[in-house]
Amino acid sequence: MRSAAPATACVPRLNLVRTTAFRLTVLYLALFSASVLAILGFIYWSTVAVLDRQTRATIEAEVKGLAEQYKERGLAGLIDVVRDRSGEGGGRDSVYLLFDPQVGPLAGNLAAWPTVATGPGEWITLDLMRREEGRLMPHEVHARTFQLLGGYRMLVGRDMYEKTKFRRIVVETLAWSLAATLGLGLVGGVILSRRMLARVEGVTRTARRIMQGDLSQRIEPAGSDDEFDRLAESLNAMFEQIERLMAGMRLATDSLAHDLRGPLTRLRGRIELALIHPPDPALDRNALNDVLSQTDAALAMFDSLLKIAAAEAGVATTELKPLDLGALARDAAELYEPLAEEKGIRLDIETRPAPRVAAQRELLAQAVANLLDNAVKHTPAGGAITVRVVEDGGGAMLTIADTGPGIPAVDRERVLERFVRLQESRSGPGAGLGLSLVAAVAKLHGAHLRLDDNPAWLTTERAPLAAPGTAGPGLSIEICFPPAPEQSFASAAQ
Amino acid sequence: MRILIIEDDRETAEYLRKGLAESGHVADHAATGPEGLAMAPGGHYDALIVDRMLPEMEGLAVIQQLREQKLTTPVLILSALGQVNDRVRGLRAGGDDYLVKPFAFSELLARLEALTRRRGGDDLEAATHLRAGDLEMDLLRRTVTRAEKPVDLQPREFRLLEYLMRHEGQVVTRTMLLEGVWDYHFDPQTNVIDVHISRLRAKIDKGNPIPLLHTIRGAGYSLRAPA
Repeated sequence: MRSAAPATACVPRLNLVRTTAFRLTVLYLALFSASVLAILGFIYWSTVAVLDRQTRATIEAEVKGLAEQYKERGLAGLIDVVRDRSGEGGGRDSVYLLFDPQVGPLAGNLAAWPTVATGPGEWITLDLMRREEGRLMPHEVHARTFQLLGGYRMLVGRDMYEKTKFRRIVVETLAWSLAATLGLGLVGGVILSRRMLARVEGVTRTARRIMQGDLSQRIEPAGSDDEFDRLAESLNAMFEQIERLMAGMRLATDSLAHDLRGPLTRLRGRIELALIHPPDPALDRNALNDVLSQTDAALAMFDSLLKIAAAEAGVATTELKPLDLGALARDAAELYEPLAEEKGIRLDIETRPAPRVAAQRELLAQAVANLLDNAVKHTPAGGAITVRVVEDGGGAMLTIADTGPGIPAVDRERVLERFVRLQESRSGPGAGLGLSLVAAVAKLHGAHLRLDDNPAWLTTERAPLAAPGTAGPGLSIEICFPPAPEQSFASAAQ
Repeated sequence: MRILIIEDDRETAEYLRKGLAESGHVADHAATGPEGLAMAPGGHYDALIVDRMLPEMEGLAVIQQLREQKLTTPVLILSALGQVNDRVRGLRAGGDDYLVKPFAFSELLARLEALTRRRGGDDLEAATHLRAGDLEMDLLRRTVTRAEKPVDLQPREFRLLEYLMRHEGQVVTRTMLLEGVWDYHFDPQTNVIDVHISRLRAKIDKGNPIPLLHTIRGAGYSLRAPA
């Protein structure tokens, strides 16, 4: 029974008869049976028409022949012929009767003039009983009557045995084919439904397990590469995404709780200390200054998280406007240039003509600023940072490379997650949200983000770097933007 | 300055009122949109601070109605809605500046001062020349002189100085500079602006006994010529 009970661990089983596959099978069977019926009906109807026509033609010919006999040999001759034809030697399918209204039957194999035949020259159908292998069997006879000179009447008929036999064959065929169709169809339908049911049940089972909290469950594809496998693939991809998002959210909440506890505890400590010691304007002011900066740090963390969340949630495509990535990169580089210079880092910017990208300027600018900020922070004095924008595969590619310690390959995925800071940068300022924002912004723009060691072009093509400026393999971050779709420019043109 | 605060949250309003009073300004408070609409035209205020999310009537609607009544008092919108579209909507509705909550009071004060100062009509000379003490800027020729000696500035430094000179005597915060000079509506969280300022200071103040570019602790910067 289907119940309105909430979907819990108790999964109501699907009823075979209720499955779509089964219903489709039944519908198909009905249609198929109707077609079989129609086709056989048509064959029957057209064949019977041919048989009827043939019989009539035969009878007409016979009537003609008999009329000639009568004309040539008179009544006696006609009687002879009729006797001859309806006797032992005559065809057993023929029926004759020469009838004198006064005397009765003169010749033929019919006992009496049939009551249905009233006038001359008409076609009649007689139901006769005929002895066949010792039994009387009903036979249908098609016949024609006509009037001879002298008041004699004549009847010539044909047994429609063939037609009856054919009808019986058709009806039997029909019955058998319908039975076979229904039988095979039902068996096929049940097998088909069971197969589909099994796979649907598999999907349902997996979904239930996931709902119960086991996010690692996936649907087992049958390997048949059919629409069910494709559905399973799509669903699995969706489950993957959900699992990733859930894991990300859990990590973010945990990290948020953990990372905020730090500044909040220090905040509380400072306030408490300030309250404990005797009032002293100078010390109190110091404490307040500390409290203010701690609060600002916590607020900045929240701000970054909100920005990441907003970028991850995506923006309407109408908010993406065509943008010159080179100009944006130059602006950002120019903002950080004095900072780099002060630290003794060379900042080079190189932009080549590249197609414009569909972008949300503010988020993208912040992402680039975050990258430059990181680069300046991690590159030792004497090092170099290169910002490059070039055309790439129809889109535009932004590269920011530095000569800092770099990020080990194993950590490259991880640093894009929220609150993840590598051990060496843990002590420095920042909450580990900068790269997460970059990743979220890249994703929002459909761009591909790639972290790598600083490629050779930085160290070989350019002036050789002084050893103190190279703390490790360096880091190169590439963001590859796809070509901007036309419609994003259409909305921006207004 | 006489300021009208249209804000439904009593605590925020009180905080603003106190802060403004301590800075030597007078502030009135309206707790609802209609109340603000009634008070604004008659009070001869120098500026309005309007919260966006108000009960009964939205802050933007209040501003729109005031603008329809030809009230030209500068309006600073104060809101927790900080997305680009929110800001654009706010400014289109008739706001003159937009500050996102949570905010620093020094930022609010600096912006208010900038807003009220901007009202002074600029004549043709002011449109082409800016002056602060012996510092002169020719906006047409894009040249700067200090005590009649040319100062060589990069284009961005020129714009930075122009912004500071246009807000001469006022406190200009780092966020205001990022917005006004770089058109960045986010805080890069580093001391980038400080570095730009110190470079600029080196160019205009170095070797000169009277410094013009001052750092205001906890707030920002101010370009100020001695009276």
